[in-house]
Amino acid sequence: MALPKLAVYKFASCDGCQLSILDVEDLLLDIASVVHIANFPEASREVIEGPYDLTLVEGSITTPHDAERIHEVRRQSKFLVTIGACATAGGIQALKNWKDTDLFTSTVYAHPEYLDTLETSTPVKNHVEVNFELRGCPVDKMALVEVVAAFVQGRRPNIPEYSVCVECKRQGTPCVMVSHGTPCLGPVTQAGCGALCPSYNRGCYGCFGPMESPNTEMLAAAWQRLGVSHRGLVDAFRGFNAYAEPFRITSDHHEALAVAKGE
Amino acid sequence: MSEMFVSGQSGIGRLIQALAERGHRVIGPIVRNEALVYDEIGGVEDLPRGWTDLQEPGRYRLEQRGDEKLFGYVVGPHSWKQYLNPPETVLWSGTISPEGFMTDPMPEPPKYAFFGVRPCELAAMQVLDTVYGSDNGTPAMAGRSAQREQTFIVAVNCVEPGGNCFCVSMDTGPTANSGYDISITEIVHHGNMRYLIESGTDAGAEVLAELAPLENASDDEVQTRDGLLAEAAASMGKTLDTEDLADLLKGNALNPRWESIADRCLACANCTLVCPTCFCNTVDDNLSLDGTHATRTRKWDSCFTLGFSYMHGRPMRESVGARYRQWITHKLATWIDQFGEMGCVGCGRCITWCPVGIDITAEAEAIRRGDLRDTQVRIGGFA
Repeated sequence: MALPKLAVYKFASCDGCQLSILDVEDLLLDIASVVHIANFPEASREVIEGPYDLTLVEGSITTPHDAERIHEVRRQSKFLVTIGACATAGGIQALKNWKDTDLFTSTVYAHPEYLDTLETSTPVKNHVEVNFELRGCPVDKMALVEVVAAFVQGRRPNIPEYSVCVECKRQGTPCVMVSHGTPCLGPVTQAGCGALCPSYNRGCYGCFGPMESPNTEMLAAAWQRLGVSHRGLVDAFRGFNAYAEPFRITSDHHEALAVAKGE
Repeated sequence: MSEMFVSGQSGIGRLIQALAERGHRVIGPIVRNEALVYDEIGGVEDLPRGWTDLQEPGRYRLEQRGDEKLFGYVVGPHSWKQYLNPPETVLWSGTISPEGFMTDPMPEPPKYAFFGVRPCELAAMQVLDTVYGSDNGTPAMAGRSAQREQTFIVAVNCVEPGGNCFCVSMDTGPTANSGYDISITEIVHHGNMRYLIESGTDAGAEVLAELAPLENASDDEVQTRDGLLAEAAASMGKTLDTEDLADLLKGNALNPRWESIADRCLACANCTLVCPTCFCNTVDDNLSLDGTHATRTRKWDSCFTLGFSYMHGRPMRESVGARYRQWITHKLATWIDQFGEMGCVGCGRCITWCPVGIDITAEAEAIRRGDLRDTQVRIGGFA
């Protein structure tokens, strides 16, 4: 029986999530034994034509060309999984959604007229139907293996949607907000990284985006109690997942307050 | 009552050593990441000498006391369920091959000695004994009772309750009455650190006999101990009025207060994970990529996650208000219907470790008073 065909596509991104696939090292051989790696230019120049059974998409949509190309990728894919903060939320480059793109292009490039770029960086789900989203900046490599395994075995991936706090507690890491007043996005951020930053006594940066039922406004109130300004809150929520709706609404709210208060 | 002995800090060190020599892994409080957590201790020098913990809703700070006390603090973010009901346990794993299906050998569980168990924590272990031991217990917890039986317990009575303690309301402290092998009370007597030690079981008496010669405590020392413990009972940080509380909570299922709590609650699950009696867990099945090796893992879960109540295509408790109501009502009311007692022991962890300081005693009181909206219980300075 022919193995399912796997494709990996890149849009606007840093390639870090694709590298996470290569980073599974020995397990890469196991992956290659259950799927046919048919189209993965980062790993091999050999490209086998679609359609593909499983497609992993990295990156956000930032150009008219990509906005077209993602539809072609969708047409070639039976099961499409977006990987990483760019593909699932627009990525760090979504910060441009709050700015004037013409100002950037005219400042950076001698001939901006050769560029064809969109005003926004948006997640793949805004353009085509997505079957599963794997969060993270970057994604966790073992979570990638789990997604591939679940696809091959015809089951739902074991990917949690609860908060980072659950991972801290399972590891026995004391809460950094409670025990030393370090602002942390963990309570509103989806688990998946293994609560990396709090285990080094730092607050969470929100790399995995909003958890299943994020109360961002109450967490913002708690941060203010720890001395963080409205401007500080805008910066915190405008990270790798800035354009994810719950984070976007809260950063917009505190930006309005920062302007009103002259911060 | 058993004989009351007394020693200085060297006797505490000898006790830790004696337990290690009997083959126990001795677990006790240590300082890590600016909090007191439970981990392996090698001797009295590992204990948090001279530290105390200041606790408020949503706030915890370690501070130097300026004295030599070994037990001058209460409970931190860890509880003993970390060891008796670990955060992640492989229930079984196995491999399929042409020869058939073989389960992997399981590691022998370690033989623990818990050192510095507070009275509320003893009560919490007993609450979980009932949960796991009764007909309502989950078969998945088989093995806990064997582990529990071989665990040696050294309790420490609380002469200085913390800011969020309410064990007196729950009738679980500040003095341990049962469930320990040895109990210790730390007192300052004529300027000296003194440890009043008594056994609660034959195993405890045996260990104490090995520590000989231990002095007998003087009447004066026993009186000082009793006085300190009576004082502690009168100086709890919090109170919870439990009279008719179960009926009150059950009769308020539609109280709009739940939605006002939801405005504050992060649904992060911290309260349930630090609680020494919350026992909700989930089971993950994992299969290797090639489909030949399977692992079934039990993990701590929480009634605050959506996945926990997910069935038939959607979560049963979608709103955060419904999740908080489920938690507090189970803990203080329906737990009695299930297990004959409340599930709360008054340790205050859920109050301290809630990042936004939601206070179970204040919320129960608000329901009692009929406060629909927040007034002064905009807790932890969130005015």
